[in-house]
Amino acid sequence: MNEVVIAGVGQTAVGEHWDVSLRELAFAAMEAARADAGGLKPQALYVGNMLGAALSRQSHLATLLVDFAGLQGVEALTIEAAGASGGAALRQGYLAVASGAVDVALVLGVEKMSDQTVSSVEAAAATGTDADYEAEHGLTLTAQAALLMRRYLHEFSPPPFALAGFPVTAHANGAGNKYAMFQKAIKPETYQKAGYVSEPLNMFDVAPSADGAAGVVLANPAILPEDFGHRRVRVAGSSLVTDTLALHDRPDPLAFHAARLSIERACAQAGLSPADVDLFELFDAYSIYAALSLEAAGLAERGQGWQWAQNGALTLTGKMPIATLGGLKARGNPGGATGVYQAVEATLQLRGQAGGNQVEGARTALIQCLGGPASTAATHVLAAGSDPA
Amino acid sequence: MDIPRHWRLKKQRYALVGEVCGHCDTKVFPPRDICPACGEEAKTLYQFSGRGEVYSYTTVYEAPAGFEEGAPYTIAMVRLAEGPLVTAQLTDLEEKRVEIGMPVEMVTRKLRNATDERGMLVYGYKFRPVVAVP
Ligand SMILES: [Zn+2]
Repeated sequence: MNEVVIAGVGQTAVGEHWDVSLRELAFAAMEAARADAGGLKPQALYVGNMLGAALSRQSHLATLLVDFAGLQGVEALTIEAAGASGGAALRQGYLAVASGAVDVALVLGVEKMSDQTVSSVEAAAATGTDADYEAEHGLTLTAQAALLMRRYLHEFSPPPFALAGFPVTAHANGAGNKYAMFQKAIKPETYQKAGYVSEPLNMFDVAPSADGAAGVVLANPAILPEDFGHRRVRVAGSSLVTDTLALHDRPDPLAFHAARLSIERACAQAGLSPADVDLFELFDAYSIYAALSLEAAGLAERGQGWQWAQNGALTLTGKMPIATLGGLKARGNPGGATGVYQAVEATLQLRGQAGGNQVEGARTALIQCLGGPASTAATHVLAAGSDPA
Repeated sequence: MDIPRHWRLKKQRYALVGEVCGHCDTKVFPPRDICPACGEEAKTLYQFSGRGEVYSYTTVYEAPAGFEEGAPYTIAMVRLAEGPLVTAQLTDLEEKRVEIGMPVEMVTRKLRNATDERGMLVYGYKFRPVVAVP
């Protein structure tokens, strides 16, 4: 397998872009990533998108995007794996370059949510569950997270507001990210006073769905020019693992089994253990998912992931920084683009370009995005390499 | 629309018919033809009792399209007496406080409304608190 480096990154602000269409949003991120990569021309485009067919009535999206970007003729595919679509697209781009099939691949994540009502977005997102046995009974992704959180509180009895540290950390970090949807820190008291969305989930336990697009250019380092301007960031590990689609089909719904296996495999490939990485961009679409992801990573025992949210262990200077540029909670949750945003943000950290949010001396990053309750888990390890000569 | 799709699921939706594995006797719902416990083929139909208890529950206020009329509604994962977990709404709660472990039984109710003029109402299983036998 060839080495794969991230040669360029680009992103749009996450939010409600009333004045921008799906294709324009995607194009902005493609252009930004290509410019950052010094104009390398991609031979393949992999698009992570979750709801384009449902919300924009646009399938065949990757072909539209290469066409719109003036790249007609380039191999292009859309990858859909619910909330893991962006990470799944990254995995496809990685495989394409690592295999030698192409030297340069563009991975793009894009989602356009704001054209539709909340109930339409909920219904569309719920099609990512088992449509016959979950969605048809009125289950939503948010309700599913609430079911998990209720059971978690019942089985493990953490203290009240034990999960508050996840959104508080995310919002503190979002304040330093100009691309984030929310750029304002919140106080723990604000969390405690928030109204319920679906008991026991309150409004700060749920990341906001939003529009956004992000891109990364992956390249075989052998083709990079001598004067390539960025510190090289390598994709050191890559893994995608699936579990049962329906949550109710698992022997233990509180164990994110696919998330665990995916982290183990990506870390084994990179030759490190999760505790060794300098930051962890985890999938905090819901606070409870952050706790379960830390448990899946083996960083906490079953039922003890909430302990990480105490005493600042997850902040930029803590033992394991998470959501370093706001995470899903404060940067926003742009569906199928999320996994690509994570790759962009981790790359900025590893290049030392994260500004006021820089994790000092960061050399390795773990990034993971989930489709549903870890029905799909896509995990990558990124590692900083040599600086430009 | 989707008429054949709902018709195909009528045994499951109206009668909670799943499968039993002939190799290890695991009861399977929803039916999936491959036993989740031993990996062998499991195609023998099995009638579930409809009895179970609440594994977890929550309330949906922002209902997806088609479910607005019933909102807010309580949705749960129910551990069936025969073993499997199912996702379903709780109904006939009146003033009863839902708790994890609460005994429930299956009833048939309207699941959702049509989402367009050619759509159809969908009926299927929900669970209600077990009515105490005097
Ligand atoms: Zn069996």
